[in-house]
Amino acid sequence: MRRFLASALFLSSALPVLAAESKGGFPPFNASTFAGQLFWLALTFGTLYLLMSRVALPRVGAILADREAKIESSLAQASKAQAAAEVEAQGLEQALAKAKANAQAIAQEARSKSAREIDAKRSAVEKELAAKMIAAEASINETKTKAMANVEDIARDAVSAIIEQLSGKAPTAAAVTKAINAARGE
Amino acid sequence: MAQPGTIDPIHQFEIQKLVPINLFGFDMSFTNSALWMVIAVSVITLVMVYGSAARAVVPGRLQSLAEMAYEFVANTLTGVTGREGMKFFPFVFSLFMFVFAANMLGMLPGSFTTTSHIIVTAAFAMLVITVVLVAGIVGHGSHFFGLFVPSGVPGWLLPFMVLIEVVSFVSRPISLSLRLFGNMLAGHIALKVFGAFVAALLGAGAAGILAPLPLLLAVALTALEFLVAFLQAYVFTILTCVYLNDALHPGH
Amino acid sequence: MELAAASALAKFIGAGLACLGMGLAAIGVGNIFGNFLSGALRNPSAADGQFGRAFIGAALAEGLGIFCFVVALVLLFVV
Repeated sequence: MRRFLASALFLSSALPVLAAESKGGFPPFNASTFAGQLFWLALTFGTLYLLMSRVALPRVGAILADREAKIESSLAQASKAQAAAEVEAQGLEQALAKAKANAQAIAQEARSKSAREIDAKRSAVEKELAAKMIAAEASINETKTKAMANVEDIARDAVSAIIEQLSGKAPTAAAVTKAINAARGE
Repeated sequence: MAQPGTIDPIHQFEIQKLVPINLFGFDMSFTNSALWMVIAVSVITLVMVYGSAARAVVPGRLQSLAEMAYEFVANTLTGVTGREGMKFFPFVFSLFMFVFAANMLGMLPGSFTTTSHIIVTAAFAMLVITVVLVAGIVGHGSHFFGLFVPSGVPGWLLPFMVLIEVVSFVSRPISLSLRLFGNMLAGHIALKVFGAFVAALLGAGAAGILAPLPLLLAVALTALEFLVAFLQAYVFTILTCVYLNDALHPGH
Repeated sequence: MELAAASALAKFIGAGLACLGMGLAAIGVGNIFGNFLSGALRNPSAADGQFGRAFIGAALAEGLGIFCFVVALVLLFVV
């Protein structure tokens, strides 16, 4: 047991971690350095805090705010431009619709005008045709009556000729007419 | 100091005096820790002040970086505390950038990780809790202490609940500082140990064939440590935001 | 001599035991991210909003593991 402990002690003294102990202990636990470290830490950290809070952070913050403002204003500008473009597009659309309506009206007018002209022409032609028909009808009637009159004459001639042939004696015109009228009147 | 060839993962955390200064009887020497604090602040200033100097509407590289950092911290803060939290923005931003820069610079080979010292993280944690307390008491007066009195608890249980709440509040700065400290410390020790394994195996003759194995692990761990360096800064910041939220809206 | 050796041994044993707590914290952290991921896969649109909360939970769980680590360090270097 004694030998074992002795060898343990030997080992422990040979162990490298204890090399530091021989020189005043573990450095982070060496209280003689604390004051100096605190002093320099306060100095450096104080400097850093002053530099950051007075110079760097306001500047970086300003840069970021500036950029944000710029982006925002650009976006606002873009949206404004878009709105303007929309208004313009609406105006254009309105103009287009107006022009379309105009064109339609013109087309309608032209159509109705031509229809009216055609109507007028047709009615004129129809009137003319009707007049021609009436004239034709009248001439037909005239011809008919003329023909009818001719038929009476012919019948009378034929009757008197037949009677002359049959009786050898020519009847008078008045008798023939009377007989024909009697037959027609029947 | 360890002999060459032995593993000494602690050596990297040692504070070395670069310019001895003695102020008011205290040792205020300019050490490697102070040097890396100054470097961290310089890097942040370069990005944030020089990067934003152009005030360009279309940002360049540095300005993009500055804006990204600004928006990241601002989103984290407003996500937890709402718009009113923005009055703490410079504080939270400085905190995040300092811790993040210190963690990241600590990943440079041969550099010193200021956040791997408990006094630094404890100072940050105490600063945060002080700000929370002051902001809470200034903003809400005695109403702020309603934070410790959970509502809807039966009377006989109340003392215990208040005790638990007080303990949880007091343990906040402890856990806040220990988390950052422990993460940075453990990660760097692990890196060093695996790096030393590689060296030891290479010096061990035939076993040197195995050297690529810990090398691979060291590479993977380095990637993990970069993640942790960011994550711990983020966690520190978001917990600060949560505590600030308690100060701004103490009602449960 | 024996006492010093025994205390050195006990220190290392204690430190090793403290490291068990880190493994348990790892289980907790894994649980948080596992559940976060399964929830995120079910409802990816809600995942971004809960990202910060997942990290707060992981940080709290991990902090307890870090306590164990600090205990180990204290045992090794301070006690």
